[in-house]
This record gives sequence, C-alpha cells and structure tokens, in this order.
Amino acid sequence: MINFLTYLINGISLGSIYAIIALGYTMVYGIAKMLNFAHGDVIMIGGYLIYTFATTYGMHPLLSILIAIVGCTILGITTEKIAYKPLRNASSNLAVLITAIGVSYFLQNIALLIFGANTKSFSSVVSWKIQLLGGEVIIQGITIVTILTSLVILLLLELFIKFTKSGQAMLAVSEDKGAATLMGINVNRTISLTFAIGSGLAAIAGALLCSAYPTLTPYTGAMPGIKAFVAAVLGGIGSIPGAMIGGLLLGVVEILSKRYISTQLADAIVFGILIIILLVKPTGLLGKNIQEKV
Amino acid sequence: MKVSNFSKLLKISKTQKRNLITYAIVIAFYLIIQIMDKTGHLSSHMKGLLVPMTYYSIVAVALNLCVGILGELSLGHAGFMCIGAFSSSLFSLYFKESMPAGIRFFIALLIGTAMAALLGFLIGIPVLRLKGDYLAIVTLAFGEIIKNILAAVYFGYDETGIHLSFKSFQIQGEGKMLINGAMGIQGTPNNSNFTIAIVILLLALFIIQNLVNSRDGRAIMSIRDNRIAAESIGINITKYKMLAFTISAAIAGTSGVLFAHNTSTLTASSTYFGYNVSIMILVYVVLGGIGNIRGSVIAASILYILPEMLRGLNSYRMLIYSILLIIIMLVNWAPKAIELRNKYFTILKTKALELRDKCFSKIKRRFAKR
Repeated sequence: MINFLTYLINGISLGSIYAIIALGYTMVYGIAKMLNFAHGDVIMIGGYLIYTFATTYGMHPLLSILIAIVGCTILGITTEKIAYKPLRNASSNLAVLITAIGVSYFLQNIALLIFGANTKSFSSVVSWKIQLLGGEVIIQGITIVTILTSLVILLLLELFIKFTKSGQAMLAVSEDKGAATLMGINVNRTISLTFAIGSGLAAIAGALLCSAYPTLTPYTGAMPGIKAFVAAVLGGIGSIPGAMIGGLLLGVVEILSKRYISTQLADAIVFGILIIILLVKPTGLLGKNIQEKV
Repeated sequence: MKVSNFSKLLKISKTQKRNLITYAIVIAFYLIIQIMDKTGHLSSHMKGLLVPMTYYSIVAVALNLCVGILGELSLGHAGFMCIGAFSSSLFSLYFKESMPAGIRFFIALLIGTAMAALLGFLIGIPVLRLKGDYLAIVTLAFGEIIKNILAAVYFGYDETGIHLSFKSFQIQGEGKMLINGAMGIQGTPNNSNFTIAIVILLLALFIIQNLVNSRDGRAIMSIRDNRIAAESIGINITKYKMLAFTISAAIAGTSGVLFAHNTSTLTASSTYFGYNVSIMILVYVVLGGIGNIRGSVIAASILYILPEMLRGLNSYRMLIYSILLIIIMLVNWAPKAIELRNKYFTILKTKALELRDKCFSKIKRRFAKR
C-alpha cells in the first residue's frame, strides 16, 4: 500500500509533465489543425539550452530555464513560419504531417551534430525531500514542483483564454478560421501565438523532464512527445482540461504498469490505450464531436 | 526505328512501357552488380549491403502503395517487417535440420508474408476507420506495440510442452528456446541472398504496378483523391482501403523475411523495427516521389548505399535528408509554390511558342523570296 502510494505520486508527477506537453499539442491541433510531430523535439532542444547555460556557462538554473523558454518560443514561431505556414492550404493534409516529421528529424540531427550522442546528465535544481507517514513515503521535491507547475500553467492558460482578447481570438480561430478572419482576427498572428505558447510550455516540460529523469540525448523528446499526443487524444484533442486529465491518467497508468505488469510492456499498454480510445470514443474524454460537412 | 514506333509495333501502352522500364532498370542493376562481382570489383563490405538495400527498396515500394496510392500515412511498416521477420524466423529455426534449405526458405517467405498480411488485415479493420493524423499515429502505436511485445516475449519448447511467457524460464531436458526475450531469435539460417531479394523486388513491383493500373487500383486512387465523391459513385471504401493496406503490409512482411534470414541475431530493438525505421522508409518514399513506384526503388537504393560509401558524410546524412524532406514537401505541396511553378512554366511555354512562330515565319518568308 505504501509502495502503491509512492508509485501513484510518481505517476502523477510524470503525468504532469505529459500534461504540459499535451497542452502544447492540443492547442496547436485545435487551432492550426495539424499534428506537430516536432513538438517532442522542442522539449529536447529546451533541455539542451538549459544544460548549456546552466552547466557550461554556469548561470543560475532559473535564469537558464528562462532563456530556454525564450529560445524555444522563437524556435516554435520560426518553424511555423518556415515549414508549416506555406502548407496551411495544401490540397492534402499529409503534406504538413510529413513536413513536421522532417522538422522533427532535423531538430534531432542538428542536436546530434552540435551536442553529440553522449548522454548529458542533469544535476537536479531541487534537492529537498518530504517524508510522510513517519518516513515511509519519501517524496522528491521535484515531484511536488512538477505537479504544482502544471497546475499553475493550467490555471494561467484557462484564464488567458477566457479573459484576454488573444485568448478569445484563439477560440474563434479554432472554431472557424474563415469566420474569424471576417471578424477582423489576424489568423496568422493567432496561430503564431499558439505555436509560441506551445513551444514555451515545451521548454518548461523539458526542464521538468530533465530534472525528473536526468539523462539528455537528442532522442529524449521523441517518446514523451508521442505519449503526450496520446494523452491529448485521450483527454479530447483541442480541450485544455482534457489534456491535463489525459496526461495525468497516462502518467499514472505508465508508472503502475511498469511496476506491476512489465517494464518492457509499459509502452505497449500506453499505446494500447490510444487505440482503444480512438475506437471507442474518438473525440476523447472531454472532446467535442465535430461532424464532417460535404 | 524510333522508340514510340517500336512500342506501337509491340502493341504496348504507355503505362506498360513505363512498367517495363522499371523492371529493366532493376534487372540491369542486378546484371551490373553480378558482372562487378565476377570480375572482382566488389568489396565484401559492398556485398554485405546489397541484400539490405534490396529489402529496404521492397518495403519502400510497399509503403508507397499505402502513402502514394491509398493516400494514408502509415508509420507502422517497421512493425509489419518485424512480424514477418519473427514469424518466418521461428519457422526456419524450428525446421532447421528437418527440411532442405530451398523449400524451407520458400515456405518461410510465404509464412512471413501471410502473417504480416493477416496482421495488416486485423490492424486495418480499426485503423482504416480513422484518417490523416490519427491514422498515422495509430499505425505508429501498433508498430511500437508489436515491437515491444516481441522484445518482451519468451517462447520455447521442451519435454513438458510449448511455453509462451513474458517471464524468463528454463528449458527442461531436450528442447529449444526460440524467442529469448530481448535477446531475440538466434541462429536463423542465412538463406536470403541478392538474387532472391531481387526476384522478390521484381515480384513486388509486378504486383503493385499491376494493381495500380487495374480497376481496383483506380478505385483506390479515387478514394485518395476524393473519398466522398468515390463513395457516392458506389465504390466500397472499406474494401479497397483494406485491400491496399493488406497488400502493403504483406509486402513489408516479405522484406522482413529477407531481413531475418540475412542476420544471425534477430532482436526486436528500436534500431531495426522502431518507428524511426518507419520514418526512414517514409524518407525514401518522399524523396523518390510520393506515388512514384520506380522512384521509391531508386531513392531507397541510393539513399541506403550512398552514406555507406561516403563514410565522412555519415554524421551529416540524416541532417541533409531531413532538410531535403522539408524542402521537397514545401516545393511540391505548398499552394504558393505550385502557383509560382505554373506561372513560370506558362511564361516559359508562351516564350517558346513565340520563338517557334518567329522561326517559322522567317523560314516561310525566305521560301517566299525564292
């Protein structure tokens, strides 16, 4: 039981990271209607930026995280402008998906060239621990920081979308691009803003991921990226609370199946959830049903 | 005699001519390699690359059927390769002593293909209800599931019977461990060689090119171009999607059989069967031209061989591929690029026509003077 509690908390922590990544996916999918395959690799780039500034240049960790957020935001906007925007009205939506795969490959290989294939190990910023139930349950500080960060981000994002003009513009673009243009909303700028927010969140996720699992390689971001997409689908793509719930569920399922079923089969179980969700309820837990018009 | 007259004489159509050229390229390449081999111009390193090059070409052709002809992006073809490789390898290992190599390998090929086709069919039932991004990510998920399960499973037989488990176990008395968890299958006989691989490539090309030019193929392409329009003229969407997807999976499975019988240790690791491999195959397909079967073969061969020949380029290889992938997609699919290209070509065309008319009028005037 005590063990179970520890695993559950670990699962929620991992789930919070998935949730932050899934927020980026779900916003971009909801507004630009594309699967940003390279989103996971933005996390990895964020991780490397933090590593470079914190370890190589010896900056304060928080400052380097801030730099990484700015860097990833710029990266997100640039990739959108160069690679995705020209294909927005392409005849086949395969085109932009394949381009996103290309961007993902590009980011991985540029990181491989610059930083090498060696694993970079992070020293966690947060080193304190909490002991509960007379020292039987030990919770790492980073776990609590991760969970709190994700809650704060969720809250801020909800407030941003409900109470600011840009947030309302995002909602409008996600519902109907054409109508939003007619209402005087700058669709291009809204999509850029979405990518900026998504990529900034990816940088935060990178910081948390590398603190919780302190190994960084050019391929670090790929798997969490795909799993976060699974989380976004599970919660209902386009829905912000959905991404949060999906992420948490997925993290808990992954950690528990790793502990109680099999380490190697954990990924298979996570992907199995995606398949079941898409077959039973393709709109996810909180998603809206959109009908196709002829 | 001109080529066009020649084809008229033989009564072959334009598509048939195009198909024949594809076969001719493959056969010519095979002959060149054979001559180089006989005259001793082929290093043993090069020889080792020939079979992988061919099975990657085969799987590229299979993926092109799915991406280019059916119009759905599958990121799970490495999984189909994996299932083909493991099922055939199990068979070959079990009958290693009790069957002659030729027949055994032939049956192994059939088993690998059939298993991949069966799995493609089973996966296709749920997957093909989805579209676009979802389909891509679900095929990726299935590919990873297949790989992960095969990497975790232990399978063997002994005196107490056949054992299948996710936990390691001991063989009691006489028996054999067939799949040893993450260690995979060891000791698969090395039956595949370049000649067999080329024959299978030709066969795969024959099947796919004939499918594309048949009534079924046109139905499949109509689904790609406009699903709703195709449905409204009475095309059975599910049936044709399943047909294309299953054939694609089956051919990927065949290439997996060649893979399995070309290595002594077969492991379901990410290096060989992860989704990265599926993306690599997608790179071959895109750079060869989506929907262009011949292009896939050429691109897969060149892109596989080139980095092996230019070792110094190896670290830049994937970077260059990824940049090429992005550029090709932008140039071929961006509405602005298409518009620009059309405009440029029409200007060029009108200029050429003007020039021709000018020349003609000059010649006419000269004749008139005389």
